[in-house]
Amino acid sequence: MLLRHTPKEIKERKALTINPAKTCQPVGAMYAALGIHGCLPHSHGSQGCCSYHRSVLTRHYKDPIMAGTSSFTEGSSVFGGQANLLQAIANMFTIYDPDLVAIHSTCLSETIGDDLNQIAQKAIDDGKVPEGKKVIFCNTPSYIGSHVTGFSNMCTGIVKGLAEHTGVARDQVNILPGWVEPSDMREIKRIAEAMGARIVMYPDTSDVVDTPQTGEYKMYPDGGTSVEAIASSGDSIKTLALGKWASEDAAKLLDSKFKVPFDVLDIPVGLSATDRFVEALANAAKVSIPDSFVAERGRLVDVISDMSQYLHGRKVALFGDPDQLIPLTEFLLDLDMIPTHIVSGTPGKKFTERIKELCAERAPNVNVKNGPQADIFQLHQWMKNEPVDLLMGNTYGKYIARDEDVPFVRYGFPILDRIGHSYFPSIGYTGGIRLLEKILGTIMDKIDRDSDGTDFELVM
Amino acid sequence: MSEEKKLPNPSELKEEILAKYPPKIARKRAKSMVINDTKLDQEIQSNVRTIPGIITQRGCTYAGCKGVVLGPTRDIINLVHGPIGCSFYAWLTRRNQTDPGPEGPDGENFINYCFSTDMQDDNIVFGGEKKLKEAIQEAYDIFKPKAIGVFSTCPVGLIGDDVHAVSKEMKEKLGDCNVFGFSCEGYKGVSQSAGHHIANNQLFKHVVGNDDTKPEGKFNINLLGEYNIGGDGFEIDRIFKKCGINVVCTFSGNSTMGAFEQSHMADLNLVMCHRSINYMAEMLETKFGIPWMKVNFIGGESTAKALRKIGEYFEDAELIARIEEVIAEELPLVQARAAEARKYTAGKLAMLFVGGSRAHHYQELFKELEMETVSAGYEFGHRDDYEGRKVLPTIKVDADSRNIEELKVEADPERFNPRASDIKLETLQKKGLEVSDYKGMKSDMADNSLIVDDITHWETEKLIDFYKPDIFCAGIKEKYVVQKSGIPLKQLHSYDYGGPYAGFNGAINFYTDIETMLSTTIWKKLKAPWLSKPSTDPSLIAEYVA
Repeated sequence: MLLRHTPKEIKERKALTINPAKTCQPVGAMYAALGIHGCLPHSHGSQGCCSYHRSVLTRHYKDPIMAGTSSFTEGSSVFGGQANLLQAIANMFTIYDPDLVAIHSTCLSETIGDDLNQIAQKAIDDGKVPEGKKVIFCNTPSYIGSHVTGFSNMCTGIVKGLAEHTGVARDQVNILPGWVEPSDMREIKRIAEAMGARIVMYPDTSDVVDTPQTGEYKMYPDGGTSVEAIASSGDSIKTLALGKWASEDAAKLLDSKFKVPFDVLDIPVGLSATDRFVEALANAAKVSIPDSFVAERGRLVDVISDMSQYLHGRKVALFGDPDQLIPLTEFLLDLDMIPTHIVSGTPGKKFTERIKELCAERAPNVNVKNGPQADIFQLHQWMKNEPVDLLMGNTYGKYIARDEDVPFVRYGFPILDRIGHSYFPSIGYTGGIRLLEKILGTIMDKIDRDSDGTDFELVM
Repeated sequence: MSEEKKLPNPSELKEEILAKYPPKIARKRAKSMVINDTKLDQEIQSNVRTIPGIITQRGCTYAGCKGVVLGPTRDIINLVHGPIGCSFYAWLTRRNQTDPGPEGPDGENFINYCFSTDMQDDNIVFGGEKKLKEAIQEAYDIFKPKAIGVFSTCPVGLIGDDVHAVSKEMKEKLGDCNVFGFSCEGYKGVSQSAGHHIANNQLFKHVVGNDDTKPEGKFNINLLGEYNIGGDGFEIDRIFKKCGINVVCTFSGNSTMGAFEQSHMADLNLVMCHRSINYMAEMLETKFGIPWMKVNFIGGESTAKALRKIGEYFEDAELIARIEEVIAEELPLVQARAAEARKYTAGKLAMLFVGGSRAHHYQELFKELEMETVSAGYEFGHRDDYEGRKVLPTIKVDADSRNIEELKVEADPERFNPRASDIKLETLQKKGLEVSDYKGMKSDMADNSLIVDDITHWETEKLIDFYKPDIFCAGIKEKYVVQKSGIPLKQLHSYDYGGPYAGFNGAINFYTDIETMLSTTIWKKLKAPWLSKPSTDPSLIAEYVA
């Protein structure tokens, strides 16, 4: 057994986290910053933070992830990191020539109280930021929230640093896609284009972390939302914020700063959330939903109805981030599956409320926990007490899946041992089919494997 | 290296690289980039602060302490005191294999688990000691481990949590659990290297020497600085076993607390990764009288050489004969495989920027493949790793190194027992065995090869342009940067999830993997075919077809 020390008996924990279902803020900020064209993310802290974040993002995307670090030493920890950051800003512009640098803090620089606003301004005043180049920043103390909070904080930092208001309204809708894969961001753009909706979406990591192999390395790949497009978002007619945890704060800021009204929607995972997104986008952009979407939706519905017998009544354990888990839970309920155990390390009262609301009718006994000590160890213990038919979560779930012999679908961040998430969306109607394909594939592989031979089915 | 095969002089490359830097930085980087002249004693600036914003490979002290040295030990709970990220990122990401054997009392294995106090803002404001104590208690209550290590992350040092006092208190309270702390905050030192040192110190203080049971083997050794990445340690253990050599403890691949506790009972320490573990070798020598020798089990010939060194040290005819038998049985297979692989590899160029020893050790494997190492450097090495321990007295101790505790170790009044006489050690030294010595990477590299310490991204790009190497060796952060430039990158931290590469079988694996990388079809198909065709005017083509 890989997790041989995980007991069935559950002891309450108040201080110890075991096998976390979250990581810390700065990695989210780094990922969000990569979704701006020509941006070099910068980690203001010890070297290890930057190294770890670059490593995990690289392993997840199998693509270059570039970022700078302030390389704190004991001296900078005592005297403050201003000198390091000023030098870093100057060096990055001199050596690596980005269009902009997006700084996020770390637990170290937050604990010592470095003022990023003041330091960034000093860098500009001291002439360390070349003409036409920008520095934006956000605070990402690792001891608050989770990686999702960090993503959200960088989105807010992007609005703060780059969005503008010219007074001339633009016939366009802002989409804050939330922490989704480049494939999902590409899919949102496809959906909007098919509907004839004019959108500005940021961040957009497509063509940044899923770049083509051409034999020529580009430090700043072709993708990412341009600074100009982001600037124009202050003039948009509406903002659709996908995912409360990742996108709401930035949408609120666009509203309070530039009077751009917003709606917070679920990330369009599965049937119902996609329905709501498509309708919301059509309303916001004042376009009609094309007939092709009826067919697209119909294909997803068709697969669900065709394969329902393999899904109906099966229990599922999930872990990951609130913005994904909420619509995923709703999707599983649409499939007549039973969300049974759900954990997220990301705090926020609204999470358990939403999950319980969704599950009230069809899965009233759902175990759900988020925030402190809501970890994969807890989830595993729940599974030992009430076994499930399917586990969904990031790569760390594979240790549980193997020990408990449970079909496992990789979903979320990070996925370190399989490819596909960069290229094939799991949002929208088409993404729903992909999720279903994965769920059915793993469940049916187990049925095949466990057949004694007499009931080995050719047609399923 | 013969005259006609001399490497190109990279002086102009170095100038071009430096030209991009502001003058002060150019001056600093110039000292870390040395064009090798084997006839000269050249100083290679290393173990100095990384310049902020320069884009470095380096990580932090915590990574070196928890991730590298303590990570591979299976029966200790490594509890990280700090915000969640530090523990999350070090969770199973280093591929230290371990063999806990069957389940039951001896089958403890916590490596697949990740433990953290997940510090929150109120812990930062009001202190985290109370939470740490509770977390230790909870870990003990659930798992009943024989040891708990507590690792400090950046904010812990700043807010003043005393992990050592808490550990001491909890050790006394729990009674049968060795609890000890590490002040390995990420900002200490200039790289992972400081973390290695801190880990060595605490293991030596709290664990080594706790069990005086005499090992059962006839030839008892410790293997130091071997972390069982991809099963390297298993392969070395296999060879040792075949030769009749008993490994008391490996620091720290596939290790247990019990093995650490007994390690002072061995009669010889073999040092693989000099950078990460030389402290332990020195302390074991001073306190217990165990001599150490530098060895390298990377490469078929190096493995044979390392084994012969052990034979010579023990001066036992039977052991020497057995070692020769094993070499005679295994080395020819390795050599035959190398000969096959050389059809693909001979004359190809390699570059290695990794670690504190691998950039040196792996040059042996490339030599066996008749590949040339045109440039190499360490991520976190010190001058002695480049220039040899002879420069130790001349290394200036700067503020960053001074902050890392240097344990004052003296001969143990009862247990000090010199395993070999000074005369014997001197004789071995004269025979060329590196006894208590390491000659470093530089002397093994060709003239005109470029040594670069703590290479930056900019330098990486320029080196690739200049040398157009066939294989680039580094880590995960560099992997796809280099590959997007059209050059295959071999990860030498994680082995690209392959291995083992140590020992005889490991060498064969490495030859095969390098041959595979150099003969992979896709590298020849990176460009769309139509981009290299002369006619691109579609109207002309359409007309012609019509």
